[in-house]
Amino acid sequence: MGWLRYLRRPQRDRDFALEIEAHLQHEIDDNIARGMHPQEAAWAAHRKFGNVTTAKEITHRMNTIGFLETLGQDFRYALRLIRLEPGFFSVAILCLALGIGANTAIFHLLDAVRLRTLPVANPRELVEVQIGPNQHCCSGNFSSRRSNFTYALWDQLRTHQQAFSGVFAWAAYRFNTTTGGEVRYVEGLYASGDFFRTLGVVPALGRVFSPEDDRPGCGSPGAVLSYSYWQREYGGQASAIGRKILLNGKPFEIIGVSQAGFFGVEVGRSFDVAIPVCAEPLVNGEDAHTPKRHHWWLAVIGRLKPGWSLTQARAHVRTISPGLFEATLPPRYTPETAKEYLAYKLTADPAESGVSDLREDYQDPLYILLAIAALVLVIACANLANLMLARATARERELAVRLAIGASRPRLIRQMLAESLLLAAIGAACGALLAQFLSSYLVHFLTTNDTPLYVDLGTDWRMFGFTSALAVLTCLLFGLMPAIRATRTNPGKLMKASGRGLTDARERFGLRRILVVAQVGLSLVLLVGALLFVRSLHKLLTLDAGFQESGVLVTEINYSTLKYSPQRRYELQREIVRRFRLLPGVEQAGATTDVPIGGDRWNDRFQFVGANPSGKFLSNFNGITPGYFRTIGTPLLAGRDFDERDTPNSPKVAIVNQSFIKQFLNGADPIGKSIRIETGPGEPEAVYQVVGITKDAKYLRLRDPFSPTVFTSLDQMAEPEVQTSGTNILSRSQVALTAQLAAIKREMAAISPSMALKFYTLHSAIADSLLRERLMATLSGFFGFLAALLASIGLYGVMAYIVARRRSEIGIRIALGADRANVLKLIGSECGKLLLTGLLLGIGFSLAASQAITKLLYGLSPTDPATIALSVLLLALVALPASLIPAIRASRLDPMQALRDE
Amino acid sequence: MARSKQNDDRGEMMQGTLAMLILRTILLAPAHGHTIAHAIEHTSEDVLQVEHGSLYPALHRLEERGLIASFWGTSENNRKAKYYRITPAGRKHLASERSRWDQIVTAIARVLGPATE
Repeated sequence: MGWLRYLRRPQRDRDFALEIEAHLQHEIDDNIARGMHPQEAAWAAHRKFGNVTTAKEITHRMNTIGFLETLGQDFRYALRLIRLEPGFFSVAILCLALGIGANTAIFHLLDAVRLRTLPVANPRELVEVQIGPNQHCCSGNFSSRRSNFTYALWDQLRTHQQAFSGVFAWAAYRFNTTTGGEVRYVEGLYASGDFFRTLGVVPALGRVFSPEDDRPGCGSPGAVLSYSYWQREYGGQASAIGRKILLNGKPFEIIGVSQAGFFGVEVGRSFDVAIPVCAEPLVNGEDAHTPKRHHWWLAVIGRLKPGWSLTQARAHVRTISPGLFEATLPPRYTPETAKEYLAYKLTADPAESGVSDLREDYQDPLYILLAIAALVLVIACANLANLMLARATARERELAVRLAIGASRPRLIRQMLAESLLLAAIGAACGALLAQFLSSYLVHFLTTNDTPLYVDLGTDWRMFGFTSALAVLTCLLFGLMPAIRATRTNPGKLMKASGRGLTDARERFGLRRILVVAQVGLSLVLLVGALLFVRSLHKLLTLDAGFQESGVLVTEINYSTLKYSPQRRYELQREIVRRFRLLPGVEQAGATTDVPIGGDRWNDRFQFVGANPSGKFLSNFNGITPGYFRTIGTPLLAGRDFDERDTPNSPKVAIVNQSFIKQFLNGADPIGKSIRIETGPGEPEAVYQVVGITKDAKYLRLRDPFSPTVFTSLDQMAEPEVQTSGTNILSRSQVALTAQLAAIKREMAAISPSMALKFYTLHSAIADSLLRERLMATLSGFFGFLAALLASIGLYGVMAYIVARRRSEIGIRIALGADRANVLKLIGSECGKLLLTGLLLGIGFSLAASQAITKLLYGLSPTDPATIALSVLLLALVALPASLIPAIRASRLDPMQALRDE
Repeated sequence: MARSKQNDDRGEMMQGTLAMLILRTILLAPAHGHTIAHAIEHTSEDVLQVEHGSLYPALHRLEERGLIASFWGTSENNRKAKYYRITPAGRKHLASERSRWDQIVTAIARVLGPATE
């Protein structure tokens, strides 16, 4: 047994053939010399030699590694079978690829978002500190994704905490890198001095921040780039160090690059540029968050000291809370708000997997998608099993013949094994491909303009290994078991049964029935789920939001770089709106502080003047200009809109919506009533008289029910309330979008070229807000449809088998006088029984399982009967034709042929 | 078609003795397959009839074990033929097989005793 000999065996075979020929020639010569006739000499020589073929075979076998040779044969044969039976194999591979691919991709995303720990040193020691769940938290301004701390509170915590060996604050923001015109954002990160040190992140180039960099009043101490941003924008050149980068118009010198693979502490997000927390006042100018005790914008994470447990840390921060909050009480709070503030308690939670808004929003949907994918895997495996069982039965005859000719059982079983393995291997490879594709599709789907998603797209081998193993197991089980059983029985018996199988087949067929029923049931569950999601999305897309979203362009204008006085800003705002209205093609335009479904919210507490009704109430607010309602398409129901009468010097007026009346006034007429908004001491009184009623419109999210909203006039909000950083203009125009954008840019540049502009349509903003619902509807719809298809194929296979088995019986019936209808009824009833059982099971499952998705639905209960009925109908529509085809073919049977075909 | 065990046994024994015979035949001079077959038949006065077909596997097995070596050459009839010659290992093997064979024969003879009528 040598490898060299194995590889040289064709050569050796040829050698030996020559040798044999030479031998025979010698013998023939000898025979002729002895006096035989040449022909006789040849025969005698051959007789003397014996069996040439056996000799060749024996020698060949000596030269080969038997195992490898037969393996090669088996695989080549299996490949040939694939070519001969493309239908079976393509369906089988489709099943495998789907099951494996879907599960791997979704698990990968789930793992990245939920399960992985941060790629930093000892992530299990990391702990997030925030205010414990409290219905009164919190009052003030909130401006980042994770607004847990004010600067003052963070500073106090830092100096007084004892539980952490290192503690840092951070906030994610977007910085504009252009100096005017349309914005170009980078993902920014404010990081306190201990950020990198506590996480154990080292610089890949230059240096990262140290506590010395983060001192109050630091101005512009430098910026640290992330590794990926450095590669993208600076080509990974070392010359990036020392260059200046503009963030919101302020220059920062690049001092270093963080290590590769570090993306911050937010899972699913990444930062491009990090600057110290102390640089915030410089970047935001007048809008600075740092000096305001009521501006929440930071998040805090600490690393536990050696020997400290999470519970101890939690207790510790809780204990020091009163002192911290007392020292940081914002001066503008009313006594009531102050009391609530002082009662806040800090708590600590594990942060080993970082923090993630993505996780909170998408955890449930991803788990549900994983469950859906798992169901698809089960259905796919059941289908695969069914297919292989059917095939094995059809090949029984072939096996019997082979056994009779002289194949050994192990050899036959090895061949079946090779076939199953080949199928599993190809299926797994396709599954891996599908997984990659699906992964990038998911990431692409979930990335919106505002919130890009960063997920490491490397392959996760765990899920892939698991699902592949499952697939291989199915293949082996259902490919080998029938083969082993068949080879164990007497070949004669097999052949005598006219290729229709043994009594064993009865058990096997019971299994197939069960498989098909299970498939139908599970498919129905998936279809119900899919339909629930699709209908939810449809309801969300078609609900009356209280405004007309189509055709509205939103322009966010940021003029903070201009550093105007409040009076000039007020005039600037009015000028902007005026110019917008004058643009060619613009029908309506108006400004607003909070764009609907835009993610921003302004709410305040207020009282009714005259205490009728008495008490403090909470309502949403929105500052608008005249023209807003007309632009957005919300009709005025009573009273009047804001107009030129409303100036900074005239009495303040307000417009309320229907929910306001319903919730606070029990339907009484609000026009004429006055409300007083709660303001801090030292701020001007704000009393508003209600002059109009508007239709309800959605504020923050489409899913939320209508909430009370009070609209105030931006024209009346002069110093000091005027918007400091910018304004949002909504416009409706006849002109094409590109022309609109060009015209707006021109006009705004004419006012001042250093204003930053951001454009989007209201329609796209709303679509983005429904991302989760769209994800669920799309994917579950896709899987549901596929499941239905697979179930139909399974049903078709079983029906075809039934018909094949009962062929002679049907032939006899037809010969005896049964007509087509009778035969159809006969076969159809079998099919109907299977389908019905499956559907009933499916309905039962869905009623139980759909409770899990209640939170994700909108406007539908999970047991919505219309949806279930529709799903049953859909599945029946897909499955019935598939299963009736064999029945119809059976009814057209020529009895003579059926009986003769033994 | 299962091979019956009997044949295997006979094959085994034949292999061992056939190997010995081949080695002895080419001990003095190399020869090709045909010559070896005829030599064995001739020297044993046609008592030992070797099926030529099974000679070759035996030759190849011996070559595999390194007891003989092969080379192509021209035969007496001016035909190309594969010649086999014995190797030093082969010589040693032949000697040990030879003594073992003698031992067996002596032992059997002792058991059988002198030839009775």
